[in-house]
Amino acid sequence: MGKPGEVPLKTKVRGEVFIDDLRCKGCGFCVEFCPTDVLAMSDGYNPKGYHVPRAVNAAVCTGCNLCGLYCPDFAIFGVRNLG
Amino acid sequence: MSTAGLLTGPQFMDGDHACAEGAIAAGCRFSAGYPITPSTEVVERLAARFPEVGGVFIQMEDELAASITIQGAVWAGAKAITVTSGPGFSLMMEHLGLAAMTETPCVFVDVQRAGPSTGLPTLPAQGDMMQARFGSHGDYQIIALCPDSPQDCLDQTIRAFNLSERFRVPVLLMMDECVGHMIERVVIPEPGTCEITPRRMTALPQGAEYLPYATKDCCDMVPDMTEAGRGHTPHITGLTHDERGYPAMNTDAQRDLMLRLRDKILKFEPEIRDVRLDQVDGADVVVVCYGITSRVAIPAIETARAKGLKVGWLRLVTAWPFPEPVIRDLAARVKAFVVPEINLGQMVLEVERCAAGRARTIHVPHAGGAVHDPNDILRAIEEAAR
Amino acid sequence: MSADVIAPPPPENPTEDWLREERIPHIWCPGCGIGTSVNCFTQALEESKLDRDNVVIVSGIGCTGRVAGYLKLDSFHTTHGRPIPFATGLKLANPKLKVIVYSGDGDLFAIGGNHFFHAARRNVDMTVICVNNMTYGMTGGQVTPTTPIGAKATTSPFGNIEEPFNLPFIAHSCGAVYVARWTSFHVRQLTKAIRDAIAKPGFTFVEVISPCPTLFSRRNRLGDGLDAMKFYKAHSEIRNGADTREVAISHQSKIICGKFVDITRTTWHDAQAAHLHRVMGNRFVPPRNWEHLIKSDPMEDLVAETIRDSSGDGS
Ligand SMILES: Cc1ncc(C[n+]2csc(CCOP(=O)(O)OP(=O)(O)O)c2C)c(N)n1
Ligand code: SF4
Ligand code: SF4
Ligand code: SF4
Ligand SMILES: [Mg+2]
Repeated sequence: MGKPGEVPLKTKVRGEVFIDDLRCKGCGFCVEFCPTDVLAMSDGYNPKGYHVPRAVNAAVCTGCNLCGLYCPDFAIFGVRNLG
Repeated sequence: MSTAGLLTGPQFMDGDHACAEGAIAAGCRFSAGYPITPSTEVVERLAARFPEVGGVFIQMEDELAASITIQGAVWAGAKAITVTSGPGFSLMMEHLGLAAMTETPCVFVDVQRAGPSTGLPTLPAQGDMMQARFGSHGDYQIIALCPDSPQDCLDQTIRAFNLSERFRVPVLLMMDECVGHMIERVVIPEPGTCEITPRRMTALPQGAEYLPYATKDCCDMVPDMTEAGRGHTPHITGLTHDERGYPAMNTDAQRDLMLRLRDKILKFEPEIRDVRLDQVDGADVVVVCYGITSRVAIPAIETARAKGLKVGWLRLVTAWPFPEPVIRDLAARVKAFVVPEINLGQMVLEVERCAAGRARTIHVPHAGGAVHDPNDILRAIEEAAR
Repeated sequence: MSADVIAPPPPENPTEDWLREERIPHIWCPGCGIGTSVNCFTQALEESKLDRDNVVIVSGIGCTGRVAGYLKLDSFHTTHGRPIPFATGLKLANPKLKVIVYSGDGDLFAIGGNHFFHAARRNVDMTVICVNNMTYGMTGGQVTPTTPIGAKATTSPFGNIEEPFNLPFIAHSCGAVYVARWTSFHVRQLTKAIRDAIAKPGFTFVEVISPCPTLFSRRNRLGDGLDAMKFYKAHSEIRNGADTREVAISHQSKIICGKFVDITRTTWHDAQAAHLHRVMGNRFVPPRNWEHLIKSDPMEDLVAETIRDSSGDGS
């Protein structure tokens, strides 16, 4: 879930977060500073050997894109749901 | 470009002022400099004249700044010049390399004084000729021109701009204190009467995709330029780069770039070449000289001729790229070259190299601070003819 | 994915539009703060609604110096320490350009310090963003003019004893019209500061305190990038309008952030154009791209020149 191009869960979420696993370097900024604790580091590794974040609490994502502002690797971003 | 404020016709001025007027005539409208004797009059003249002709002059905090400020201006579309002398020329070396690497057309003027270090600030020398060629690190080519009179300062400044635009290369005007400060009649051409090479600006429309270092074909190795503000988003770096301008940290990219930067100049040496010859056909001895020394050599040559010696005069207006074929060709026909220069042996090394033992090479050194005594040159000619 | 579900086109990362995508992934280490500052910068540009064709970015050499090469703008990666004079040339020759210098603490304040002082003094209209990681990242973690006393670096292996520069104070005293400091933790404030700095005419300066986990943090046993970010969160104090003399940074102690200076001062271009127009009259031929700077009434020039310095209260 959460990769660009995938259909997000159709609950009444206010925002969505998208993660580009291949770009992520596992710094944890997004997980630490997401205001609604949407994200958690997964146990799995991406091909570069970094742990990547997952939206474990997608329902509370506001799409504020704070994760996007923090991510030094342009690997994650949030979008607000219109309507 | 408007003709307001342009000065034309016969004037009396020194070589420094003539250089400034040459820059204006060449369409240069940007200069950054830092005062240093004996070059200061060039920037003083530009500071006074530029506001009358739509130009911008700024005195920077040092020569490192001046020599890169002009490159910023060039990428904003201006033709630009910086002017200095010995110590300042040393500071400019890193940015000479940047201009060569990024193919930024611009003109550096060095009014040579005696060195090293602070040396003799107000007195002449020709000791920066090898620095002009090799002063920045790494392999690169530049073009260097040596004027011998105020009129020639003007003419060669115009040519320096033209060559820099033609080849996208920094061109060095290697003046010396004597030509910089001597006052003579100078005729400034009417606008439209002298040839001005325009920038090789890409014809791509605003915002089009543009490759800053793509060359059209293998013969013309000079890429088209752009300027900031046209939506072409060039990336310009001093790192080894590919045709997109992107850093390419590998030996193939390095080789391709280095060879192109070399060949775009050396393959066109005949086009860049400007040597002036007098009675070299049938000569036994040819005096190879440049800058003020090419004038100082004349009385020595005339005296020698009056004594029955067959002496030719070869003046290097283009010092770099060195006109190798000319010296090679002469070496097969003459007994010896005599090379007077105000240093302890610089361009003579090139003459010697190209003569390759087929003709003798006699250097007439001068440690700097004055021009040669023509008698010293005469003695060398006599020795060479023996 | 079952065949009858058609995926909507994936939304784009808002930063993406400003990047040279073909050059990503970038060279920066995991947890390096430079990328975070780039997000704030591109967000600020987005919000600024500038004509992006006229935005030019100039960097020196260093890890931060690589920023220019990742942005899809007219971008110049110059020499170590000299992005400011290059930017000065761009701006003087074409005042319509929005010129931004983006470089490191070593580049801007060690080798390039002199240029910073003079561009600020002249009030050349440009924005300088300094990513201050208190080290020479690119060359392997040497001491810089901003390394705090006591911090270790490869060239001060027993700890630095030299007083570091207080960058906002330098910028202020040299004449910058806008001076702010934020850390890479303060992404919203940093975005706003960059937006304001870009919008303001004159020499504007934004310092970004930023982690270099690989070299600075590790050598000083301060953990990784995230530890640095948590430290900034816990130990920053926002004090807008603070006296710039009092915002120096000591090793692992409080970081004072905020907007410190916001004043009005005639820019180099405005002063030069007005002055030449007034003293030379019609003999003054405005350079290409300068026409918009010339007032029709020479009296306006006098006014422009004489109300030079209206100092604000620094807030
Ligand atoms: C004239 C010159 N001297 C030294 C260097 C080597 N050098 C490259 S980057 C750098 C330091 C960069 O430090 P900083 O500006 O703080 O940038 P950072 O890497 O920390 O982002 C040095 C010393 C160089 N490229 N050129
Ligand atoms: S968009 Fe906001 S709420 Fe959603 S994951 Fe990112 S930081 Fe958290
Ligand atoms: S901030 Fe970016 S790089 Fe860091 S863990 Fe999150 S997605 Fe990965
Ligand atoms: S060395 Fe330091 S400054 Fe450079 S990319 Fe790595 S973390 Fe960033
Ligand atoms: Mg640094």
